[in-house]
Amino acid sequence: MSALLAQLPALQVVVPLLGAVLAAFCRSGRPAYVVALLVSLAMPVVSGFLLWQTLAGGVISYHLGGWKPPWGIEYRIDVFNALVLMVVSAVGALIMPFAWRSVAAEIDEDKQAWFYCMYLLCLTGLLGIAATGDAFNAFVFLEVSSLSAYVLIALGRDRRALLAAFQYLIMGTIGATFYVIGIGLLYVITGSLNIADIASRMPGAFVVQPHAAFAALAFVAVGLGLKLAIFPLHVWLPNAYAYAPSVVTAFLAATSTKVAIYLLIRFAYGVFGEAIDFRTLPIDQFVMVLSLAAMFLAAFVAIFETNVKRMLAYSSVSQIGYITLGIGMANKAGLTGAIVHLVNHAIMKGALFLALGAVVFRIDSARLENLAGIGRRMPLTMTAFTIAAFGLVGTPGTVGFISKWYLVIGALDEGSLLLVFLIVASSLLSLVYVGRVTEVIWFRDTGPAAAKATDPPLSMLVPTLLLAAAVVYFGIDTTWTAGIAGQAATLLIGDTR
Amino acid sequence: MESIYTLINHYNYVITIFLMMGGLYIVISRGNMVKKLVGLSIFQTSVYLLFISPAKILGGTAPILDPAYSVYSNPLPHVLILTAIVVGVATIALGLALTVRVNEAYGTIEEDEILEKDRES
Repeated sequence: MSALLAQLPALQVVVPLLGAVLAAFCRSGRPAYVVALLVSLAMPVVSGFLLWQTLAGGVISYHLGGWKPPWGIEYRIDVFNALVLMVVSAVGALIMPFAWRSVAAEIDEDKQAWFYCMYLLCLTGLLGIAATGDAFNAFVFLEVSSLSAYVLIALGRDRRALLAAFQYLIMGTIGATFYVIGIGLLYVITGSLNIADIASRMPGAFVVQPHAAFAALAFVAVGLGLKLAIFPLHVWLPNAYAYAPSVVTAFLAATSTKVAIYLLIRFAYGVFGEAIDFRTLPIDQFVMVLSLAAMFLAAFVAIFETNVKRMLAYSSVSQIGYITLGIGMANKAGLTGAIVHLVNHAIMKGALFLALGAVVFRIDSARLENLAGIGRRMPLTMTAFTIAAFGLVGTPGTVGFISKWYLVIGALDEGSLLLVFLIVASSLLSLVYVGRVTEVIWFRDTGPAAAKATDPPLSMLVPTLLLAAAVVYFGIDTTWTAGIAGQAATLLIGDTR
Repeated sequence: MESIYTLINHYNYVITIFLMMGGLYIVISRGNMVKKLVGLSIFQTSVYLLFISPAKILGGTAPILDPAYSVYSNPLPHVLILTAIVVGVATIALGLALTVRVNEAYGTIEEDEILEKDRES
């Protein structure tokens, strides 16, 4: 048993990878689905054990193939990665029961096995990024997850999915290549690829080569910024989310941008934070301005969007703005807010896109006018949708409130009342688009499109309701979200700020 | 004079940056999907040069444990780039596959014409 426990960090990546190969060999939908279901249900168990170990005993260092770091690839799990791993694998597991019927309805039968293969590959990549402690290994996993994500998006029924996938491919590859350029510069000035090792060598290297260090920071930040859809680099996201199959949208919206954010925080604070004090540079103001632009402009676009899937995609861009705002604040409360919103946003968007997936399953449309009065036809699904939607606004008693609470404290620590005002004001903007949808689904007369809809089968309803319940539960009991996020923030920037 | 000397001395980096910017420019400026992929490929290839250049030591051999040799090139960047090439091949293959599918669905691979057709439908 203890021998198995020691291998957990590797299992986190190896199991879904082997599962993907197995699913590809199945060739037909049903056995491939069974493989994908078993693998994705096993993953939260593994990450649960990892989280429990890191909470009890600090950092787990796993040497892949027995090669000692910094020469070999090290999987380095601390509270922060363990939390991200937990979020990704939990969302991955909750989506799988939902996937069977939704995929059967939206994807051709001969492509279903490949769908599950790509899903598991994407899961492998996302978990790999979060688990690895090696900068180049992270690039490889970034590309594993991205390439499979392009395929998953292109499986959408609308032909526009193909163009969305292609545009994402171009932007994503530019982002990944920028990231590699940054890693190359870091390798040249520090002689190491192990993130912890680079961090310890960075202060010395920074004195000798400050320009190269800044160039590396810029490349890594822009590269990851493309992947996580930070404001002006977000153009690939709305179409990709809008035309992808429902399951894929829920999965990617909840996990893929979050993992890129994790990597950015790791680099900003773990690697560069040691050497460069961000408060001596205008970098943090720059990030905060971009974040505010995202929070307001994307929310504004969302208000006028008539396709609910696209509206939620723009809302994602806006919500990512909150996370990067917390990163830009560079104080403990702000960073805690960023990390806790990373978790909370994954839960909320997971619930929202699953509920919307159930709607698409029933009425085959996500356009706002077709959703009129659907709340009376699909009461349970739409209750879940409404709870999660009000979470986005930051209603007290939901997870969104917790995130915003920490962000506001961070803004006060920063000494900026303007920032507090802007956070509250942008929440009001999200109230507008959330309110607009809620009004249509509950208070309009039931339209012809929604008339025949009923709540979906249990396999789709239960995951949606579970995520919606999590929106409320973690809005009240924050030990597992904000508690761990606080520990992670302390680990990253210390207790001093 | 000094700066020209530096430039010539680091000609491999000059080529790298030229390819990098050229590739990126093609990706941004061209609407044809295949041309975009060509630019992307050039952009990625320039990174291979960026990694290999500092790894090579003039007069260095492959890293073999033999008392006759004492100067080695760094093998690690070469291995990294082998991985990056594989990633690049996969990306271009997927991009071309998507181009084929787009051509089947729209009958064109020019981005502005595709957007035009979407607006009509």
